Amino acid sequence: MSTWDRFVETFFNAKVMVKYLPDILSGMVVTIELAVLIVLSGLLAGLVLALLRALAIRPLNWLIIFVVDLFRSLPPLVIIVLIYFGLPAAGVSPSGFVSTWLSLAFVLMAFSEEIFWAGITSIPKGQWEASRSTGLSFGQTLINVVLPQALRLTIPPLTNRTIAITKGTALGTVVAVTEILGQASSAVSNSYNPSPLMMGAAAYLVLFLPVVVAARWVETKFAWKR
Amino acid sequence: MSKPIVEAREIHKHFGHLHVLKGVDLEVAERELVFVIGPSGSGKSTLLRCLNRLEEPSSGSVVVDGIDMLDPRTDINHARQRIGMVFQSFNLYPHMTALGNVTLALRKVAGKSRAEADALGLAALQRVGLADRAGHTPGQLSGGQQQRVAIARAIALEPRVMLFDEPTSALDPELVGSVLEVMRDLRQSGMTMIVVSHEMGFARNAADRVMFMDDGLIVEQGPPAAIFENPTQERTRAFIGQIQRH
Repeated sequence: MSTWDRFVETFFNAKVMVKYLPDILSGMVVTIELAVLIVLSGLLAGLVLALLRALAIRPLNWLIIFVVDLFRSLPPLVIIVLIYFGLPAAGVSPSGFVSTWLSLAFVLMAFSEEIFWAGITSIPKGQWEASRSTGLSFGQTLINVVLPQALRLTIPPLTNRTIAITKGTALGTVVAVTEILGQASSAVSNSYNPSPLMMGAAAYLVLFLPVVVAARWVETKFAWKR
Repeated sequence: MSKPIVEAREIHKHFGHLHVLKGVDLEVAERELVFVIGPSGSGKSTLLRCLNRLEEPSSGSVVVDGIDMLDPRTDINHARQRIGMVFQSFNLYPHMTALGNVTLALRKVAGKSRAEADALGLAALQRVGLADRAGHTPGQLSGGQQQRVAIARAIALEPRVMLFDEPTSALDPELVGSVLEVMRDLRQSGMTMIVVSHEMGFARNAADRVMFMDDGLIVEQGPPAAIFENPTQERTRAFIGQIQRH
C-alpha cells in the first residue's frame, strides 16, 4: 500500500463515509435549526436592547451595558456549560440543544446590540432635528429616519459577527447536541477512522460558504453612496 | 404692526457654565420677515432653536401662533408642524427620495394617505422648482437643490412661521441665488419668516426688520436701511463694517 493509498484509506474512506453519511446529514439539520434560532432570536434581542438604550433611561442603560459586557466577556463555551450544568441546580434542566441555543443567542444579542447602538449613534444629530422639527415624535424619528440609515451601516460588521457566532454551534458537542461536529466525533469513535471528520468539515463548508457569499452580496447591495 | 405671531419673552439659555442667551425678547408680526445678524457665538441660532423647542430655554416664555411652546401640556409634535425649519446643513434624509423627504411628515404627522401626501409633496417641490427631481435621492442633487428640497419639506406642512438657520452658508456661491429666489417667493406669498443669515443684499431688499445680536442679547434692531447705514450702537457699526469689507 502506497503512502497516498493509506492517506485516502484513513481520511477519505469510502465505506466509512457511506455508512455515516446519514448521521452527518441529520447533524446538518440540527446545526441549521440551531443556527436559524440563534440568528433570529439573537439579532432580534440585540435590536430591542439597542432601541431600549436609545430611550436614554439611565438605570435601564446601566443594566443593558452590564448584561452586554458580561456576555461579551464570557467565552461562549463557559456560558453553555454554566447553563447546561449549572441551571439544573436551580431546578431548570435545559437540554443540550436549548443550552447551546440560549448561550449563543445571548452572545449574539450582546455583540449585535453594540453594533446596532454604534449604528444609531453614528447618525448625525441634524437628522433627528430635521425630523423632530417637522413634528415626528422620538419613536417615529427612530423608526423612519434613524434606524433605516443605521441598519445599512451595521450590515457588514453584523454579518461578520453573526457568522462567527453561528459557527459556535459546534460547541454544542460538549453538551451532547447531535449537530455536525457531534455526529462526526461519535462516528470517528465508532469507526476508528477520521473520515467522518472530513465529512463534517465539508458539511460546514456546504452550510456556511453560501452564507458568507450571501453576506458579501448583501453588503454590496446595501452599501449606498451619500 | 398687526398682532404678533411669535412672542418670546426674557429668553435665557445656559449650556453648562455658558450663558448663551441673556434675556432676549422677540416679537414677530404676521407676514413679517425678520433678519437676525451677529457674530458667531452671539446666540442667533440658539434663539431660533428655542422658538420650536429644539433647544429648551432655561427660562422665559415662547408663544407661537397662540400656542405656549414651553407648557409641558402642549403637544410639541403638533405645534412643531406649524413652525417650519431650514438648517445650514440641509439635513435631508439620505435614504429617501426628494418626494419621500417631503412626504414623511405629511404621512406620519399630518395623517395624509400616501396619494394625498404625494400630491401635496409634488406641489411643494413644484413651488421650489424641483418637481422634476422628485425621484432623486439627496446624493444625486446639488447643494442648492438639496436646500430647496429641505424648504419644500417644511412648507409642505403649511407652517405659519418659517425659521431659516443660515440657509445659504454651506452653499457654493453660484448656488446661493436659487435658494434666495425660493425664499423671496415665499416672502411674497406672505409667509412669516425669521432668518439667521449674512446675505446682506437679500436682507436689504427683502427684510422688514434687521436685528443685530451680540453676546446673547439683541443690541439693536430696525429697518434694514437704518441698521446698515446708520447703526446707533458701536458694536453694530463694527460688525457691519467687518462684513461689508469682504
